[in-house]
Amino acid sequence: MPVIPLAALFFAAFVLPLAALVLVSLFRDPQFSGLSLAQYLRFLSDPFSLKVLSDTLWLGAEVALATLILAYPLALVYVASGPFMRTLITFLIMLPLLTSTVVRTFAWIVILGRDGIVNSAMLSLGLWQAPARLLYSWEGMVLALTQIQLPLMALPVINSLLRLDGNLTRAAEGLGASRARIFMTVILPLTLPGAIAGWLLVFAAAATAFITQTLVGGGRIILMPSYIYQQAVGVQDWPFSAALSLIFTLAVTGIVFAIGALSRRFVRGVDAA
Amino acid sequence: MELALSDVRGHSLDLKGIGHAFGATVALDEINLTVAAGELIALLGPSGCGKTTMLQIIAGFLRPSRGEVRFDGARVEHIPANRRRIGMVFQNYALFPHLSVFENVAYGLRARKRPNAEIAAKVEQMLGLAQMATYARRLPGELSGGQQQRVALARALAIDPGLVLLDEPFSALDKNLRLDMQIEIKSLLKTFGVTSIIVTHDQEEALSMADRIVVLNKGRIEQIDSPDALYDRPASLFISSFIGHTNLLRGTVTDADRVQLDAGPEIDLGRSVQRRRGTPVTLSVRPENIAFGAERTGAIPVTIRATVPLGAISVTEGVTASGEAVKISQARAAGTARARAGETAWLAISDVSRVSIFSTPVDDVSKHQQRSV
Repeated sequence: MPVIPLAALFFAAFVLPLAALVLVSLFRDPQFSGLSLAQYLRFLSDPFSLKVLSDTLWLGAEVALATLILAYPLALVYVASGPFMRTLITFLIMLPLLTSTVVRTFAWIVILGRDGIVNSAMLSLGLWQAPARLLYSWEGMVLALTQIQLPLMALPVINSLLRLDGNLTRAAEGLGASRARIFMTVILPLTLPGAIAGWLLVFAAAATAFITQTLVGGGRIILMPSYIYQQAVGVQDWPFSAALSLIFTLAVTGIVFAIGALSRRFVRGVDAA
Repeated sequence: MELALSDVRGHSLDLKGIGHAFGATVALDEINLTVAAGELIALLGPSGCGKTTMLQIIAGFLRPSRGEVRFDGARVEHIPANRRRIGMVFQNYALFPHLSVFENVAYGLRARKRPNAEIAAKVEQMLGLAQMATYARRLPGELSGGQQQRVALARALAIDPGLVLLDEPFSALDKNLRLDMQIEIKSLLKTFGVTSIIVTHDQEEALSMADRIVVLNKGRIEQIDSPDALYDRPASLFISSFIGHTNLLRGTVTDADRVQLDAGPEIDLGRSVQRRRGTPVTLSVRPENIAFGAERTGAIPVTIRATVPLGAISVTEGVTASGEAVKISQARAAGTARARAGETAWLAISDVSRVSIFSTPVDDVSKHQQRSV
């Protein structure tokens, strides 16, 4: 039975550590002196921790929205292109996936830094009077994550668009619809399953992107992944960081399931991509 | 309501010198066609003949390389598809799968920003005519093929189109349903008095629907005629075999009105064949124009291969001495001279005036001569 080794691996590498995490989160203090729900109550009653969670989820949502807005024009150009351009666009979309996260992130540091490409270009063109703070800012972080996560959005959107029957847009055009109306009433609703799938992937990936968040956001913006790291490695408060991890996991998966369920209820007549 | 509807008149359509090429491939060449307002035209041809290109040019999805498209005399090549007021019915119906039947029919009216009350009234009227009123809230995926087609037509007609274009509209339907839908849609289009063009590769569909049929082959119009005229007086060898079934018999002109068939006898056609003596010709004889007869001068001897009963008629196939297959169709009840396989029978052409004469294509002649040597 080839299922048994797989089940054993799943149990040893996923179920056991998760159970350990749950167990650790239930200790009252870092000295492991007794069991209680103290760590969870501490999180829920601490405005700082709640703010870190909501900022992190908001970052994921914002990056997912930014990739969504970029993905549609890209996908529309892709679908309208010939075979050569399609290969080229696919290559460009896949490019971020072919480089390591650390390298990509350092590239953004070079671009966004105080003496980076953007600042020096803007200063020498005389458009900006002083260098702007791009690195270690919220906007810089959204920008870098958007570039890095774009493939996760672009590929499902392109896939749904390719599956869209060309006669549907032709029918809408023949019935007198403008391009904007065709997009809003035919293309967008019928590619929504792909867009939602992409949105959820990017949301989860951006909210949990520890390296990019830490390097581009610097130490200035505290988000859940670095908060957990700091509590575990810095403060050595293992029970609290275990509770943070579980709360964060539940929040992200909860949102993914809720949006998935909502979209299944409201997207009628379209096969899920 | 009927009176109000018959006020709606279709455009007349003129195509002048239309040519279109995709790269080096010529899809359409020198197309000239005039369609009167309210006429129902079929564009008929095998796949790759250019009929879909022609439809896309009329609809405005494609700009012709050459030539003029006129609606009611006015040129429209520069007008985009969404402002041509054309109702399209697609092969797969192309109903919007996420919108209800009501919203599908309302789509063109919403695009025109008509008031809601007017949209509701118009959609209700269209669904009533298409006998789909009770399905207004359904999604297209919940309908049968015939029902989807009714909705597609209602959607196309709801915008009061000057022209309705139907692209292979019946090919997705069961054979049994097809004739019913053809009759229903023809009568609906005629009630509206809208000019309609049906693109099809199915000659039965063209024959049953159209006032006139335009036969396209290799990007050119081969013949424009009524269904009966196309069948009885095909203008080319291609049309004689494309429209209905026919038997092609090779021969050589021996006199002003006589042809010596390869199959044996010399036939008196009762009219001038308008070709020189010695010219190789091909005669097209419809299966129902051939009957079993007695052995006599002018009769064609064949060896019977098989007889196939086809409901009202039965078709017998035989082979001539020159190796040409001949089909004979007769009312099944007739039962005269029912030949068995392997037997020799004598065939006679019932009405020589209904035999079409064509010059044998050059490549056929060379093959033929090689064989007869």
